[in-house]
Amino acid sequence: MAKKLSKVLLYLIVILGAITMLIPFLWMISTSLKTAPETIAVPPIWIPKSLQWGNYIKAWNEAPFGQYFINSIIVTVVTTVGQLFTSILAAFAFARLKFYGKNILFVIFLGTMMIPGEMLIIPNFVTLSHLGLIDHYGALILPWLASFFTVFTLRQTFQSTPDQIYYAAKIDGASDWKYLWQVLVPMSKSTITAVTVLQVIGSWNAFMWPLIVTNSDKMRTLPVGLQAFTTDAGTQYQLLMAASTFVIIPMVILYIFLQKYIIAGISKAGLKG
Amino acid sequence: MLNEKASFKSTAKAALYLLPMLVITITFNIWPIINSFLMSLYTKYDFYTDKVSGWGFDNFVYLWNDPDFHLAVRNTLVFVVGVVPITVILSLIIALLLNQVKFISGFFRTVYFLPFVTSTVAIAMVWNWMFHSNYGLVNYFLSWFGVHPINWLTDPHYALLALIIMSIWKSLGFNIILFLVGLNNIDHGYYEAAEIDGANARQRFWNITIPMLSPITFLVSVNGIIGSFKVFDEIFALFQGTPGPGKADLTIVYYLYQKFYTEYKYPIAAASGVVLFFLILLVTLVQLWYSRKHVHY
Repeated sequence: MAKKLSKVLLYLIVILGAITMLIPFLWMISTSLKTAPETIAVPPIWIPKSLQWGNYIKAWNEAPFGQYFINSIIVTVVTTVGQLFTSILAAFAFARLKFYGKNILFVIFLGTMMIPGEMLIIPNFVTLSHLGLIDHYGALILPWLASFFTVFTLRQTFQSTPDQIYYAAKIDGASDWKYLWQVLVPMSKSTITAVTVLQVIGSWNAFMWPLIVTNSDKMRTLPVGLQAFTTDAGTQYQLLMAASTFVIIPMVILYIFLQKYIIAGISKAGLKG
Repeated sequence: MLNEKASFKSTAKAALYLLPMLVITITFNIWPIINSFLMSLYTKYDFYTDKVSGWGFDNFVYLWNDPDFHLAVRNTLVFVVGVVPITVILSLIIALLLNQVKFISGFFRTVYFLPFVTSTVAIAMVWNWMFHSNYGLVNYFLSWFGVHPINWLTDPHYALLALIIMSIWKSLGFNIILFLVGLNNIDHGYYEAAEIDGANARQRFWNITIPMLSPITFLVSVNGIIGSFKVFDEIFALFQGTPGPGKADLTIVYYLYQKFYTEYKYPIAAASGVVLFFLILLVTLVQLWYSRKHVHY
């Protein structure tokens, strides 16, 4: 009896917690489908009388969200692919190749991971503005084309593949380059997927840097565009919530499909400390 | 071929593999790190020509005397203290409960983790709306308990609390995942042995689960502290490009942003970045010292 009661209590708490986590999302979607008077009804209405899907079209057309989407996609894809490329090469060098200064270099990189990224904003802004790249894709992408965190994670995985496979490939006459791309990368698929997904989420949601290096609608990414939209939308909460929804949706879909990899990536990232 | 030592030739080859990453990190990470320390010592600086004509500690003296910076440090510390302990305890409790749940546990995990993948700006808009003093959901729920409407976002007494509430909600999922991994890694043998020795559930919890989780608890706390020191996006979006009413949510990074982006005082902004760096370094050093002494592995 006591056991049953504690089980009920357990589920009750977990469900209550889950509802608390979901309420902001539900409220966002609910508001996005309301008419303006419904948004300020007291007590609040959860399910609008008729669903105002038109709010989404209206919000989409009130600001250049199409352009923001394209910018976010370009920045996310190029950053992720580029960073993966530089990281795979560097991780391979750290995992398999012998070279002078390897340990020192590794320690220096580990040290840079401790530096708060916010410190780098000012010098990077200065560099990029002298290169004439402010309000350009260059500024949004270039600084993020390398990540020591990704190198570190991939190196770990590369090192854990058995030496014998490397020897065998070498005996078969495969070059290091061939071994890396045809053996090691396919073998490390799950780690690569994990770091890729984390990077995509990070790029998509990045705010402070894009806010600083973009000035025009043509270059803004979604989060920055959404923030700017608040000034235009004012108190039209149904439009604001519709816009928030379509900024959030792509990552939620990605998350639902790739949850396994995201969680694996988080555990790897987190547990290394 | 395989066990050979590093040679000039092998180094040249490795350099080719490292080159793309090195070019980027040196330009956008390593040089800027040095540069921002240097910049914090510029006293006369012309951004357009990149000419420096004076050096010294004036920028740090400025910070020392600037009431805004004091406020920023204080707000940041209050934020850290407000967010981290509650987040750690809540996420530990939820992880322990989720670990017991068998039925649709995957669904619960998905739900708790959802805030992590969503854009901070988008979700801060939602919280901005939920904190609305007249029509917001938060005040509506509070009215059930007889609480009078609170001006969450316009009253300086509540604005930091509003930010703390939202941040706790946002960071729970990430920590829950880490605790769940930690719980999974505990060897079941310990529990079986304890049970044979007659330890009851409570003793097993306090003498096995808690000590075995201590590395994770520690890690989650340190991650939380460092992350909270850098809070910015949440503030900018929640208060629509202001540091809150009466600067109630002015934090160190927000201060840095203002000095840099709206006042063009680059050296002062750089100096505040250096202060942030040392604060985080301090946390990291305490972490190293403490984990050597107290964390059970």
